[in-house]
Amino acid sequence: MNDQRPVVIIVFIFIVGVVLLTKLFMIQVMDDSFMRKAERNAIQRIIDHPYRGLVYDRNGELLVYNNPIFDLMIVPKEFQVQDTTRFLELFGITKEHLIESYQAARKYSWVKPSTFIKQISTTDFAKIQDYLIDYPGLFIMTRSVRSYPNPIASHALGYIGEISGRQLERDTIGYYAQGDYVGLSGMERYYEHELRGQKGVKYKMVNVRGIDKGPFKEGEYDTASVAGKNINSSIDLELQKYGEFLMQGKTGSVVAIEPKTGEILSMISAPFYDPNTLTGADFGKHYGELNSLETKPLFNRPIMATYPPGSIFKIVQSLIGLQEGVLTPETTYACNKSLVACHNHPSPVNLFGAIRNSCNPYYHQAFRQIINQEVSSNTYKDTEIGLNAWREKVLQFGLGGTLGIDMPNEKKGLIPNSGYYDHYYGNGRWKYSTIYSLSIGQGELLVTPLQMANLAAVFANKGYYYTPHLVRAIDGDHNKIPQEYLTKHEVGVDAHHFDMVQDAMVQALYGTAQRAIMKDIEIAGKTGTAQNPHGEDHSVFLAFAPKSDPKIAIVVYVENAGWGGRAAASTASLMIEKYLKDSISRPELEKYVLAGNFKN
Amino acid sequence: MREKDININRVDWISVMIYFALVTLGWFNIYAAVYDGQAEKSIFDFSINSGKQLVWIGTAIALIIVIMAADYRLFENLAIPIYLIFLVLLILTPFIGKEVNGQVLSIGVGSFRIQAGEFAKFATALALAKFMERPTFDLSKPEFQLRAFGVLLIPIILIILQPDTGTAMVYFSFLIMFYREGLPQKYYVFGLSFIALVLLALGIENNLYLAGGIVVIVGILIMLGKKTPKQIIAFSVIGIALIALTYSLDYVVSKLPEHQQNRIMVLFNPDLDPLGVGWNVTQSKIAIGSGGLLGKGYLEGTQTKFDFVPEQHTDFIFCTLGEEFGWIGSLVVVALFVTLLIRLVIMAERQKNRFNRIYGYCVISILTFHFMVNIAMTIGLFPVVGIPLPFFSYGGSSLWSFTILLFTFIKMDSSRALQLGRMA
Repeated sequence: MNDQRPVVIIVFIFIVGVVLLTKLFMIQVMDDSFMRKAERNAIQRIIDHPYRGLVYDRNGELLVYNNPIFDLMIVPKEFQVQDTTRFLELFGITKEHLIESYQAARKYSWVKPSTFIKQISTTDFAKIQDYLIDYPGLFIMTRSVRSYPNPIASHALGYIGEISGRQLERDTIGYYAQGDYVGLSGMERYYEHELRGQKGVKYKMVNVRGIDKGPFKEGEYDTASVAGKNINSSIDLELQKYGEFLMQGKTGSVVAIEPKTGEILSMISAPFYDPNTLTGADFGKHYGELNSLETKPLFNRPIMATYPPGSIFKIVQSLIGLQEGVLTPETTYACNKSLVACHNHPSPVNLFGAIRNSCNPYYHQAFRQIINQEVSSNTYKDTEIGLNAWREKVLQFGLGGTLGIDMPNEKKGLIPNSGYYDHYYGNGRWKYSTIYSLSIGQGELLVTPLQMANLAAVFANKGYYYTPHLVRAIDGDHNKIPQEYLTKHEVGVDAHHFDMVQDAMVQALYGTAQRAIMKDIEIAGKTGTAQNPHGEDHSVFLAFAPKSDPKIAIVVYVENAGWGGRAAASTASLMIEKYLKDSISRPELEKYVLAGNFKN
Repeated sequence: MREKDININRVDWISVMIYFALVTLGWFNIYAAVYDGQAEKSIFDFSINSGKQLVWIGTAIALIIVIMAADYRLFENLAIPIYLIFLVLLILTPFIGKEVNGQVLSIGVGSFRIQAGEFAKFATALALAKFMERPTFDLSKPEFQLRAFGVLLIPIILIILQPDTGTAMVYFSFLIMFYREGLPQKYYVFGLSFIALVLLALGIENNLYLAGGIVVIVGILIMLGKKTPKQIIAFSVIGIALIALTYSLDYVVSKLPEHQQNRIMVLFNPDLDPLGVGWNVTQSKIAIGSGGLLGKGYLEGTQTKFDFVPEQHTDFIFCTLGEEFGWIGSLVVVALFVTLLIRLVIMAERQKNRFNRIYGYCVISILTFHFMVNIAMTIGLFPVVGIPLPFFSYGGSSLWSFTILLFTFIKMDSSRALQLGRMA
């Protein structure tokens, strides 16, 4: 019996070996979770945050830069403080804050750094810098926040802030991490990819106590961060500054475009806010404050507010009529106030006179010619066909849809189609008398100030536009801007039709906007008054100048300021002068605008 | 004139080669465990453990030469005195030794310290061989069983008192030798069943399942048995006793010292407290598991050299191997141990006298236990027991004691032709 026992023992030893090797095979080869756990243990991934790109104006003046800020970090394991009173005094915190922050840090990690005091100012940093050595476990981590040398163009430039949970979810490639800063509005958001650069990553090894043991594999897997691209905005710093100066205390929008390129020279949403308030430690607090104001300073009016286009729309009607052939410069109608109200002017008028005098009955009659071309003998059907055909032509002018500016949240406005009226009145139950207010830019029509400014550019260019945009060059290269901004859009109206319209616009100033007239610059313009059911009408003015070679197309909205010929026309005229001549020759007009009383 | 004692041709070179292979691999791994890329210390630097281990290896070689040069009868003659000397040293250790972590394991002067517990294994092996070599010694008889266990029990008690439960457990490995020498098989069947039951009782949350299982098994046994009243009563009593045992076990465990309780709990649920009690096993498994098939490369391990694994150069030295050489490295070392142990069985079986054979099986018992338990604990198959991996782990006492243990047998084996056959 004992003879078999050595064999049993050999078998036992062999089984022990096989069992051990099997278990080893399971954890070493089959299960790769240990590899990941090992990496989590010993390899720290340190993100190298790139320098965010700067933003300049069209002349190379700095608009946005990065300002270093300092976070005081704490490593609980190493933290020691002898004289608590002195410590609290030096860092300007309360004892409760100290205890709370320390405990939060401990809870996060005993050995890894966490933020102790967020965003210390440069002055405070200078104060504590030399004393830091006395407090082991505390160190400074430098980050940077956006900063603005001139507190202007806040809406156009936008702001950055901590990435939201929803944005993180949508970031399918996992570029962003919790706590990262991203562009949340304006150009900062639209050009996030260009501005942010590319994060770098460094792998370093740490031991069990979190102590740095050098780069992992001699930095073989490390990547350097790539700084963000600098952007040249099309904004003109001086014009923007002057515009905001004029618009202070008012509510409204100013959009100025260089007609030949679509570059936005100035974009003002009033009331505005100082972009410096939405940076740094108090972002959340300031954002909350601005957001709760009744004047809605965060609301980006040029692209988000919609108004009826008013009388200015008559120019679009004239151009469509001319192109359609239902109007000629000689077409004459009487100012029949029984059709629609009008102010007193000579009657009858031809097309030129209609534009110059902004004659409502003229357009009531002209628009009927555009809509009811007797394609169908059924007047309802004919109106439906006419409206939809007309709408297609209006859309060509960049109305009724987003233009595609390089900012988020652009509104479409509204150019109604037949379906719109069908919805309210039922199919076949509405005709021209239902929709005639469209003829004078009232009724259901809605446009944004940006669309109106683009319209000014169309008039200036005699029939084409480039999508308005805020970017002029990326990395100093004009050709790197999005291709759609280099594409010409024709509006489908022959250039010669614009000649008479432009002449009429010059003359129009003498009728409705004499304040806007300048001796040495020929301005073509048109006033508008956007009806406001809630109060005083909005003052609107559209213009471009000089007429012979337009350099600036502008639209000004001043809410609740009444006639277009007063607040809006004066503001627009001053901005044109500022842009073209770089000086103001009419201080009394400036004073008039700043005073803000447009009742007379 | 008698034949020369040292006959090179009779030395079992296979086991000697495996010994040196393991010692060398161990030395490289000890360097890897303490390696710090920023410190740039050489493997020979005496200020770090690999340098010190080199000294231990050198002195171990000196010991080998002394053993091989000694008279082959020396060990048999000195077996009992050596045993007694180490018993005395074990008794003295708590009084004159140095306390580390609440344990007093070593005695000595200055930096020269030895752990009597390590050497007592060798002494006990010699004593057991001496005790049991008489042809009349029959392990199937209870009186001889008691005597053999007595020889074991004394050092076990003394070591537990130190307290060093891990080393004490090693003495149970002599059951392998007892098995070879004829201890009845039923003891092992009962013993293993008992261990299995204990493990199940600890591993299964609800003892009710286990109790149900016992009732079913007892029922089946009664049905299959002779169905005599006596047998039915006997089976029932055993069944009830076992159920009582499973229920009392939790109580017994709760009375154990806390660190031992924790080791047992962690075995069944290593994720219980990965940062606390489970830290050793969790980190050890991470280190070994992250090695993959081929390992991260020599000195490229991050888990062991950055101290994530505690005791990485002594009891957890296998982690370094697993991490840096992967499964292939594990395979080589496990294969070396298995080959050595099987080789030792073959050598033991070719001995002409019982003393040599029993001693040989003692060596096999001790090495098997250390090898099995040490590696098993690093991969979470066994509770953490602080015992070293033979020839591999850092430490003079451990290396010396295993060297003496092994080479005494190699010496006996090389001289077997000179000895009279005195087989039982």
